[in-house]
Amino acid sequence: MLWVDKYRPKTLDQVMVHQVIAQNLKKLVTEQDCPHLLFYGPPGSGKKTLIMALLRQMFGPGAEKVKVENKTWKVDAGSRTLDIELTTLSSTNHVELNPSDAGFQDRYIVQEIIKEIAKNRPIDTKGKKGFKVLVLNEVDKLSREAQHSLRRTMEKYSSYCRLILCCNSSSKVTEAIRSRCLNVQINAPTEEEIAKVLEFIGNKEGLQLPSGFAARIAEKSNRSLRRAILSFETCRVQQYPFTSKQVIPPMDWEEYVAEIASDIMKEQSPKRLFQVRGKLYELLVNCIPPEIILKRLLYELLKKLDVELKHEVCHWAAYYEHRMRLGQKAIFHIEAFVAKFMSIYKSFLVATFG
Amino acid sequence: MAPVLQSSQQWVEKYRPKQVKDVAHQEEVVRVLTNTLETSNCPHMLFYGPPGTGKTTTALAIAHQLFGPELYKSRVLELNASDDRGINVVRTKIKDFAAVAVGSGQRQGGYPCPPFKIIILDEADSMTEDAQNALRRTMETYSKVTRFFFICNYISRIIEPLASRCAKFRFKPLSEEIMSSRILHICKEERLNLDAEALSTLSSISQGDLRRAITYLQSAARLFGSSISSKDLISVSGVIPQEIVKAFLVTCKSGNFDVANKEVNDIIAEGYPVSQMLYQLLELVVEADDVSDEQKARICKKLAEADKCLVDGADEYLQLLDVASNTMRALCNMPQEFSYEC
Repeated sequence: MLWVDKYRPKTLDQVMVHQVIAQNLKKLVTEQDCPHLLFYGPPGSGKKTLIMALLRQMFGPGAEKVKVENKTWKVDAGSRTLDIELTTLSSTNHVELNPSDAGFQDRYIVQEIIKEIAKNRPIDTKGKKGFKVLVLNEVDKLSREAQHSLRRTMEKYSSYCRLILCCNSSSKVTEAIRSRCLNVQINAPTEEEIAKVLEFIGNKEGLQLPSGFAARIAEKSNRSLRRAILSFETCRVQQYPFTSKQVIPPMDWEEYVAEIASDIMKEQSPKRLFQVRGKLYELLVNCIPPEIILKRLLYELLKKLDVELKHEVCHWAAYYEHRMRLGQKAIFHIEAFVAKFMSIYKSFLVATFG
Repeated sequence: MAPVLQSSQQWVEKYRPKQVKDVAHQEEVVRVLTNTLETSNCPHMLFYGPPGTGKTTTALAIAHQLFGPELYKSRVLELNASDDRGINVVRTKIKDFAAVAVGSGQRQGGYPCPPFKIIILDEADSMTEDAQNALRRTMETYSKVTRFFFICNYISRIIEPLASRCAKFRFKPLSEEIMSSRILHICKEERLNLDAEALSTLSSISQGDLRRAITYLQSAARLFGSSISSKDLISVSGVIPQEIVKAFLVTCKSGNFDVANKEVNDIIAEGYPVSQMLYQLLELVVEADDVSDEQKARICKKLAEADKCLVDGADEYLQLLDVASNTMRALCNMPQEFSYEC
């Protein structure tokens, strides 16, 4: 088992990083009931962990026995019926799904599943907790229409089910939904907190940590706890006992992007652009999301540039990333950014060195 | 449907005024509507104004006061944006409902019960133009037996022919005193402890939107128990603490790109919503004394562009970084145009 899963806190009391939030959540569900919740925060900050722990707090250990179901939903959409395939994770008390997987048909999915849950309302032996919890991931990727139709559905079925929404950025969730939920902001753990967790894991595993080693991993992790734990485990596999000089291996795709960046800096020509395109395709076929490539590329370039160019380059990065969202194929826009950068950098070189 | 658990009832619903005269701060509307109640006659109406000022409340209250609970179901049709409201619905559902004749007006159980029905179209600005056009004739044909109430935020989204058929009422944003008095009333009912500082924070973060204020109050009460401080309110509302926005602006003034980049990274890692950040930045910049008009214009222009990009789904980090870089260039009087672009 990966350490990330092995040391995932199971209950709200075990949570190490967001203790205040965990205690507040615990208080919230002690009265047998909770409002709709919206968790938002950057990746790797512990949203999912908190949600799972919260479910356990509400329903007991039964919430962890989940089964994966791949089901085709038949949706009656006015004049025609649609078949939508979607994978759900469910236990007796909750259902979890990624509505954005259904693409532009997401609005039907949300309504249909909530109605289905309303039909099969669970009844406890003691006659309490007559509601299910629906966990929706990546709500920020839901289409506008789906979000609009969600708001009435939320109110209508509020006695049957509670929604827990989870997303990275709350600016993409409409005001109407935000105002219907209790918003819980989950910030990324600080480097000290990450280091503390790593030391805790090291202790449990019986490892000797040289001083400052955990802090170095934490520093490299971009404040993402998941990533920190993963690279900690990688280090363990690579070399043990740890030495204080040990290199913390970067992700291979990040190295690759760094390579692309230095390629671009070295030569600005159509030929080089062609080579870069090949490398970009390589990254894309390995399922690295395009916006992450672009962001990383910008990060690498900013490290090497003069101040006056930085403004310009970051503007164009933002510009092409926006274009990428509107367009269809990501490669065009990343390549356009590379070409733009080359032209700017070339004229900068010409202006400076003649 | 099973009864909703008591504790899960939204305070917004619980404390919704039941009578027109209880609606706060909208004197003209209330005066006209009280008159309506006495004469039991009214024109088509169009309510517009910012969210949380009592438009829906007023419409529901007048409908309830006119018809009473017994006739309400058969006389009032309520549609809002979540219901399907394309042109099909206008042609079938609304038209069918509008066409039904009603009995002559007799007072029943103390309610005026005028001889017409009411159709309330909530959030009418999200109706398509076609659907609105389809309504025009329907409104006139059945005006004997049906009154339409349109409710919307932006009157400009309602097509002119519809707007000209209605009596228009503008709902003003609530003033701070009115808001405070309503909030204090709720606090008393729910036995909450709210100090003066928290009260003023609540008024300022909700910006004249009473519904939002009540929602924040309820969220805070659920999370933090019965005594609420202004910090608790800020944390549930998703508003970014003012110090952070100020620090961001100071960094931009210093003109150091790398420091600004780090600051942007931190803001993203803390999970603050960037759209909110842009909004608060705008407020700060507009009110700032030491920024020239031209600089303000440059900053605001970029803020608007970035907001549009965010709505399109662009990446938050890149947009905020772009805003930071632009603000920096404006504040440090660097040229707007890039020098190496060709």
